Amino acid sequence: MDAVKTEGLTKHYQVGFWRPRPYVALDGLNLTVSKGEVFGFLGPNGAGKTTTLKLLMQLIYPTSGHAEILGSPVGDVAVKRRLGYLPENPYFYDNLTAEELLVYFARMFGCSAKESRERASRLLDEVGIGAERRFQLRKFSKGMVQRVGIAQALINEPEIVFLDEPMSGLDPLGRREVRELILRLRDRGCTVFFSSHVLSDAEALCSRVAILAKGRLAAVGSLDELTAVGSRGWELVIAGVKGDVLTRLKPRITTTTPLGDGRFSLELPPSTIPEQLIPELVSSGARIVSLNPLRGTLEDVFVEQVRATGVDRFSTKVAS
Amino acid sequence: MRSVAIIAGGVFRDSIRDRIGYGLVFFSIMLMASSFLLAQLTAGQDVKIIKDLGLAAASAIGLFIAIFFGIGLVTKEVERRSIYSLLSKPVTRTQFVLGKYFGLVLTLLINLSVMAAAFYAVLLYLDMTTLPGAKEAWETPALDPLLLKAFALIGVELMLITATAIFFSTFSSPFLSVALTFAVYIIGHFGEDLKNVNAIVTSTVLPYITKTVYYVMPNLSALDVKSAVVHGLPVSGTSMMLATASSMLYVATLLVGSILIFSRRDLK
Repeated sequence: MDAVKTEGLTKHYQVGFWRPRPYVALDGLNLTVSKGEVFGFLGPNGAGKTTTLKLLMQLIYPTSGHAEILGSPVGDVAVKRRLGYLPENPYFYDNLTAEELLVYFARMFGCSAKESRERASRLLDEVGIGAERRFQLRKFSKGMVQRVGIAQALINEPEIVFLDEPMSGLDPLGRREVRELILRLRDRGCTVFFSSHVLSDAEALCSRVAILAKGRLAAVGSLDELTAVGSRGWELVIAGVKGDVLTRLKPRITTTTPLGDGRFSLELPPSTIPEQLIPELVSSGARIVSLNPLRGTLEDVFVEQVRATGVDRFSTKVAS
Repeated sequence: MRSVAIIAGGVFRDSIRDRIGYGLVFFSIMLMASSFLLAQLTAGQDVKIIKDLGLAAASAIGLFIAIFFGIGLVTKEVERRSIYSLLSKPVTRTQFVLGKYFGLVLTLLINLSVMAAAFYAVLLYLDMTTLPGAKEAWETPALDPLLLKAFALIGVELMLITATAIFFSTFSSPFLSVALTFAVYIIGHFGEDLKNVNAIVTSTVLPYITKTVYYVMPNLSALDVKSAVVHGLPVSGTSMMLATASSMLYVATLLVGSILIFSRRDLK
């Protein structure tokens, strides 16, 4: 059983007052997240990440498609008992204290008053809220509200937690603490699904990532798969090149950079197999100095995928 | 049911800490107390003025809280996005609407009880400081228990107005919700006039429209016994029960409507 499964999940909004047109916020998302994974849901601003999370929390309803969490349809109250959710830029009741808020939420899961207080206290310790826990939330900074938001998402000791931009508003220390918290959750067996546009967070935490661009899934896989060895080609350094061999091989080389002393750096595209090229170079008298794979970063993959998505998000048809 | 009670408790705790709510109740009590001073200027009418002003203040302040807090219950949660965390808990949208409603009703009834206690305290002071001869000019005794009937029906009216405010706030903007709820309040108090409009106009169409509005709108004038109790006129238990029962039916209809609309709404 998957922790999260979406099939053709689509959301259109009507935009425009006089002539409303359907705007495609999410277009046929097919996604599976396994139990125990830390899954990064990446994409630039407006890619559809928050829309997806809202659909999974049934805060909005899909235009078409469906989604399941822990094998049950989204919105099922029994499933809600097993999940946690941190919304983007969370906001809570001004007049309640952080402690009261957490006790309030814990009671919704059937906890006794004593157990609710204990859970609230332990979680506020865990997210670094000290004596301020007895202040009304109106007096909290953005970062402190974010910490309270993370605590409330964990109040029921969830099997799966959805975090929408969990690092937003946090200082560097706070970001590190949240990263450590996510890793602790993973070690406890909790599935973590978090959205972000901060790629370093995903690189540090995720076992798998999905890249969303303009409402469409652009790429999904493990970091190794997405930034695989040789996926961006190779860098070959040669010396002692004679004749017009480089001119002859030009169609199979991306760029040629002279390094001096008769040495050249050749950038090979992924389609060129170095083992086939090297014998030709050697037979023409060249010496091989070095061969290194061009390993892409997640940022490279992200930028490439996002740029490649040229979709008009104003759909001409509305899904039924 | 447990979730409804927890949400209602949250609304109650949040609203009793709201400074505006405190300010309004304090203002109402001050108004009742100041009516005592005003009454000193009139001969024989002092108890009537205090009762008139006191009941009007309790009703108006309650109405203000019911409309503005009632509309804020849903719209503020959606606009500030605090509802996102709440609905991710094991709570249905039905439980959310009911919890919000009963939480505010609880707050309103407690506020109304505080205002009623303050009102009777002012009347007790008047009773104790008035000479027995002067009391003979009063239509009704100062500490008339009939006044409680007026307070009870104000409570019923506030329950109805709160349900109306929540209903409109599930699908319209806060400004429009205030306007529409206030319109229901005004029309509800002029129901009899709407029903009998054919007696003063020659149009054949208008009476049908006004009669339709009369039957659709709640009959709030049936809940208004303030003038009757101040003048010591009888208010029958049967009429009170009928007015309360029809109001509760209206409340139930509005809540069902609110739940149906809110359950289908995208919380963007």
